[in-house]
Amino acid sequence: MLVGHQPKEFLLAVEALTVSFDGFKAVNDLSFYVDENEIRVIIGPNGAGKTTVLDLICGKTKATSGSIQFRGKELTRMRENEIVKTGVGRKFQNPSIYDDLTVFENLEISYPRGRSVFGALTFTRDAAVRDRVHEVAEMIFLKDRLHMNADLLSHGQKQWLEIGMLLIQDPDLLMLDEPVAGMSVSERAKTAELLNRIIKNRSVLVIEHDMKFVEDIAHKVTVLHQGQILSEGTMEKVKNDPKVVEVYLGH
Amino acid sequence: MTDNRFFNRSELIGILVLAVFLVVVLPLTLDVFRLNLVAKYLTYAFVALGLVICWGYGGILSLGQGVFFGLGGYCMAMFLKLEASSVENTKIQSTPGIPDFMDWNQITALPFFWKPFNSLTFTIAAIILVPGIFAWIIGTAMFKRRVGGTYFAIITQAVAAILTILIVGQQGYTGGINGMTDLRTLKGWDIRPDHAKIVLYFFEVGCLFVCIMIAQFVRHSKLGRILVAMREKEDRVRFSGYSVANFKIFAFCIAAMFAAIGGAMFALNVGFMSPSFVGIVPSIEMVIYTAVGGRLSILGAIYGTLLVNFAKTSLSETFPELWLFGLGGLFIAVVLAFPNGLAGIWGDYVQPRIDRLIASRKSKPDGWTDSSVADGAPAE
Repeated sequence: MLVGHQPKEFLLAVEALTVSFDGFKAVNDLSFYVDENEIRVIIGPNGAGKTTVLDLICGKTKATSGSIQFRGKELTRMRENEIVKTGVGRKFQNPSIYDDLTVFENLEISYPRGRSVFGALTFTRDAAVRDRVHEVAEMIFLKDRLHMNADLLSHGQKQWLEIGMLLIQDPDLLMLDEPVAGMSVSERAKTAELLNRIIKNRSVLVIEHDMKFVEDIAHKVTVLHQGQILSEGTMEKVKNDPKVVEVYLGH
Repeated sequence: MTDNRFFNRSELIGILVLAVFLVVVLPLTLDVFRLNLVAKYLTYAFVALGLVICWGYGGILSLGQGVFFGLGGYCMAMFLKLEASSVENTKIQSTPGIPDFMDWNQITALPFFWKPFNSLTFTIAAIILVPGIFAWIIGTAMFKRRVGGTYFAIITQAVAAILTILIVGQQGYTGGINGMTDLRTLKGWDIRPDHAKIVLYFFEVGCLFVCIMIAQFVRHSKLGRILVAMREKEDRVRFSGYSVANFKIFAFCIAAMFAAIGGAMFALNVGFMSPSFVGIVPSIEMVIYTAVGGRLSILGAIYGTLLVNFAKTSLSETFPELWLFGLGGLFIAVVLAFPNGLAGIWGDYVQPRIDRLIASRKSKPDGWTDSSVADGAPAE
């Protein structure tokens, strides 16, 4: 017990996190903390371990050692769907949606009710579900495409749909892996607007390469390099860090 | 999008057409021998129906459905065999009152696991529960460890092979390679004469429709959509808060229970059960029925089963050596050319024409009667 020091309550506390794939340490002794309502952006060169960090938090990859605490709960020992239930949502790099289902059905599946087998069998599409789906569809610019099959959407629309699927899930920690990659300029602007709207009242962890976008939204930036933290702080501080300039921003 | 939890309008028409076909057309046009053949084919339709849920919707290919067909069939056959082995019927045996094959194998008392099968209630429960629990055990062992795809298919094949070997090897308890033959009565009611065959046929069709309704309910529930979602993007489903393993176990168990009901119907309608319906070859044949009918179509699978079996009966009478090659060729052709089977052909080519025909007829003032849909092709 620490005396005379009240430990701060972090939403997410990653400590000494290490994962090794056949001896290669993709993430090496990594520690960082995310506050409530903080927007944290992780940047870094290719292969720095950014996506692996998200994989570790959401349970897709199991940590070799270290701990990930979310609201005081240890995530490293939980299964993926249990992690989702504690309030962690994850968007993948490539839009991960259900092509054979309609936009409505995609959103409906993400609605946080009836997640057990019998819950799903007896799930009814009531007014609450319909209203919420319509509300989210409007936010993600897909209001008039609700009954279209998702595989007919454009790449940008698919990204929005996946963001919408997370939104309807209403997580406390939202993790986005390159949300604007592969988007046109106008789609990118719309996405920034969308993200700015949905990041209220929750913490967000974003991986992004688009520096202008990062500057727009980040409260704090973490720079990863070879599985370790190279620098951390405000965008201003990170940008002027000579180590960061050398390995990442310099070119 | 309708709120009906079982079917929409076009599915209702399809189900009614199938009902008319099975309940009216076939019994009126076929003699008892042929009708009993249809009853035999329809027992496989239960398996195909389960495969639509498990393989078509859930993407879980099981090449061991014969296991569950067999378990259901053997449960039913054990009850019937015990009834046929009354002391009176078996008084020439050295131990009267036990099934004949036990007597031939020098077994002198009814084994403990046979005793509960004296009760019909227990038997009916066992037909559903034994395969259900077995599927749950296999499913839990595999899906919780994330074994899927080809590996799962191979393991189900191995289970089918093991069960066949077990049944053949334990001749004294199972009847061995000959299976359980000479089944006679159900609660004193003779199942062998023609009128019994007809009653059993209608009973089977009734059970089939109950299973179709269950399948429709699953398909139209959110669970049905989760199965489709899982088939495509397993990870996304997991990260939407669902336990993918539990949903796969459910789909596999439903398919197993349907197959088991089919097996029990087989024992009743055909009057025997043998390991030749348990192993790898019959299991793969059952997958072919589903593929030919259309693995995404509940009704298609039933027509597919009937069609392949009709072809099998008529072709194997004329060209016994060629039939298996024909079956293999059919499977390859369906996979390559018509991945959605008969139902796919129907939906892509026939249905649009009928719709156009109806549309053009409707614009004319004269009365029009529904005659174009009742040709027995898959309506979905």
